[in-house]
Amino acid sequence: MTRIIDQPRYVCALGAMQSVQGIYRGVPVLHAGPGCAAKLAGGIAGSNGDSGYISPQIYPCSNVSETEIVFGGEDVLHRTIENALKVIDGDIYVVLSGCTTEIVGDDISQVSSAFRDGAKPVIFVETAGFKGSNLEGHEWVVDAITNQYLVPRGTREKVKGLVNIWGPIPSYDPFWVGNIRELEALIRELGLTPNTIFGEYRGLENIDLVPAAEFNLLVSPWVGLKNVQLLREKFDTPYLHYPTIPMGAVETSKFLRAVGEYAGVSPEKINGIVERHEKEYYYHIERTSDVFLENRTMSRRFSIVSNAADALAISSFLVNDFGLVPDKQYITDATPEEYRENVAELFRRYQYGIQAEVLFSIDGFEIHEDIRQNDYFGPPLIIGSIFEKKLAEELNGNFLAVSVPMKERLVMSSSYVGYHGGLRLLEDIYTYVLKQFN
Amino acid sequence: MGITKSSENSVRETRLGSITGYNGTLKDLHKKSGCGGLGDKGRCFSQASLCNAACALSQLSFITDAAIVHHAPSGCAVTAMQVSNSKDQLADALGLDNSHSGYVCTDMNDSDIVFGATDNLKEVIRETYRRYQPGAIFIGASCVSGIIGEDLESVAGELRAELPIPVAPVFCEGFKTKIWASGFDAAYHAILTQIVKPPEKKSNTVNVINFFGSARKQITEIFAEFGVIPLFLTSNTSIRELSRLSESLATVSTCGTLGTYLGNGLQEQYGVPYVKSLQPHGMVGYESWLSGLGEVLGKEAEVAAHLERERVLHLPKILALKQKLTGLRAVIGMGPGFNFNTSRALQELGIEIVHSAAWHFDKQYDDGKAPDAFTYQVEHSPTDYKLSVNDLQNHELINILHRVKPDIFFSRHTGSTVWAMKLGIPAICVYDEYAIFGYRGLLNFGTWILDAVTNRSFTENLSKRVKLPYTDWWFNQQNDHFYDKETT
Repeated sequence: MTRIIDQPRYVCALGAMQSVQGIYRGVPVLHAGPGCAAKLAGGIAGSNGDSGYISPQIYPCSNVSETEIVFGGEDVLHRTIENALKVIDGDIYVVLSGCTTEIVGDDISQVSSAFRDGAKPVIFVETAGFKGSNLEGHEWVVDAITNQYLVPRGTREKVKGLVNIWGPIPSYDPFWVGNIRELEALIRELGLTPNTIFGEYRGLENIDLVPAAEFNLLVSPWVGLKNVQLLREKFDTPYLHYPTIPMGAVETSKFLRAVGEYAGVSPEKINGIVERHEKEYYYHIERTSDVFLENRTMSRRFSIVSNAADALAISSFLVNDFGLVPDKQYITDATPEEYRENVAELFRRYQYGIQAEVLFSIDGFEIHEDIRQNDYFGPPLIIGSIFEKKLAEELNGNFLAVSVPMKERLVMSSSYVGYHGGLRLLEDIYTYVLKQFN
Repeated sequence: MGITKSSENSVRETRLGSITGYNGTLKDLHKKSGCGGLGDKGRCFSQASLCNAACALSQLSFITDAAIVHHAPSGCAVTAMQVSNSKDQLADALGLDNSHSGYVCTDMNDSDIVFGATDNLKEVIRETYRRYQPGAIFIGASCVSGIIGEDLESVAGELRAELPIPVAPVFCEGFKTKIWASGFDAAYHAILTQIVKPPEKKSNTVNVINFFGSARKQITEIFAEFGVIPLFLTSNTSIRELSRLSESLATVSTCGTLGTYLGNGLQEQYGVPYVKSLQPHGMVGYESWLSGLGEVLGKEAEVAAHLERERVLHLPKILALKQKLTGLRAVIGMGPGFNFNTSRALQELGIEIVHSAAWHFDKQYDDGKAPDAFTYQVEHSPTDYKLSVNDLQNHELINILHRVKPDIFFSRHTGSTVWAMKLGIPAICVYDEYAIFGYRGLLNFGTWILDAVTNRSFTENLSKRVKLPYTDWWFNQQNDHFYDKETT
């Protein structure tokens, strides 16, 4: 069978450099070609920007040339790490290999281990592009932190109520910062203490807290499952795997009840939180309902073309909260074979027995051809990446870009997570709908 | 001479003797490059820069009916994401149909590393043709396809015989060069060898090698005064248009770095004169660019009349603006093509260049001569300013800015502007290649500079609240601290 990526919506494992950059004062040190960092960042971050305390231009990189291909690049990597520690003011240095250096057989484990006893932690991850996707690369980075940084430091006493939250992938999820913050806020409302390692001013301090958590909360269909399993094995920390990122009232209340129950929060307390939020949420829904209901061009049926996490989260909101019916859903994140059946099953559990068929594909052309064959019985709502813009126009449908490559919109701190996130998602969907005559 | 008819062109380091490591002054660089003593400096510490594949394949992506098949692991095809909507935005602005363009990837995996993947590559090329019916297919090489020795030339030959369109390999393996501009040459080499056909007749067009053609309307109007029509390359062109480049009256370029391979290649192989001049930044550059073209076209009088009108219209305002800008000290960090041209334009506004950082340096172009914009600076710059060559080495640049503390910094590369602002130095990213186009462009640009140094709020607000990611130790070293002691 022809192997083809058309309209790429993810990148290679080295794209996990963005997860390292997502750790405040984390420094990716690349043993890779000269273009990998700038290209990957430009593609993933797109128009959302890829700068911060550091940026891809700051990453130390061996910029592998013909010489290293022929003679090996271990010496160059050694010098690069050695000088990176002198030049770049970071807290943790993560050496990441690319295709070139892995093919020629450079041993980054060996080179990195020379720095293991230095003042600052240096760990390594093999992220050759031909080995997997950036989603898998993200998992490998988190596992490397566990195995190479946390495990040698030993177990810590559990802190009551401390919860590690995992799920959104830095940069690859354009809403990652806002989404993580909102998940933290929800956990805090339950009286628990959230701990996350990505985003502003968290960093090593929060990484150090990871083994002390009472449990790990994974909010993602598949990415991160291996990470929380490893943390259970190494630190005896149980985990709650909650596959659906909560958006809107129904899903967020469900999420709060599930996490609250797991953490032993009293039902009265949870009810109080849910009630207060739902009251506010439906105040807004109530006063905007004319706009939703008296509209000529809004879609009834929809397809999402995105990664498993967003497709599941947004479809759950649109079905269980907003009353739409799903047509086929398209998952574009190269979900590993081992997870596919479980992920597909999650799309068969909407309310009222509603189910959606799922197609896993990395071939956007094939997806678009498939969508053209669907009958949406009116204008479809297509939620995906910028690649769906023209398709939605062709089908006279409605459109929203939420995932990579997103383009043509700017997301800084906003989020679709939680009660406010659901309202925000409706605002964005109707901003497109209202551009048409009503 | 560097232009070759063989399937693979060579990179700038070997073809032109170009370098990415140097620290000295404008005149010293000239002296060393003139007498052959210019060696490259390696580094024992470097930061991620950019690869030639990004340049080569994005250039080709903007052709309205070209398909790219990137023989690479998934990550390399990220260029498809980057051009995803920008090529549509450009085409839409002109009402062009680009539905026959595409960018796909063969998704090379670990088993391909062992067994090779040319069978899949061939299938992907056939499938790409079926999907998009493009005017041509370009096969993009990658580090992986290069290291494992995939024979792209044979694959292209086989598919050329099978499909009714040109199929051209683009040799842009990222490890082959530190100079990403080599990627422009690789793309243009594919166009020259596989797309351009011998002329059947002469046309009335002038090839304009540029990036995205933002001054398309303006240049079309100007060229109409000389009785010629511009053909802007390569974004928003079709394979059919490209196949006839040999029929044009002349070629000009807005960037010497970009234009050298194709411009000189068309001249060498098809006798289309490549106008050697300064690029049209500021007053002198604009005059040189248009006069050079006028000479080739035999339209000197028309050009002279046009330039006189421009002078009358804008010069008084430019001179008034110059009063306000004179004495400002600037650092500039750009690729060499834009660097020397922008430096000249800044000096026309009375601004002093205190340090110039070029992302690489071509001591000669493909005609064997030093870049005109460089030579002009050497001969006319009021000062012999500090000059370094570094391939986007941010630590060197920040070290320089920290020491020199200019009034303003000019950049031209993704992600390189904010770092000066974090030091409290106002910065302008000169992204648009026509930002300083001619007299009017210089007036606009000078006003932008005045605004940037007058209202420093964004810069100061940001710089007060952020910390740079460099150690104090680094700020106490010289910017060439990590250069090899020996030249290579």
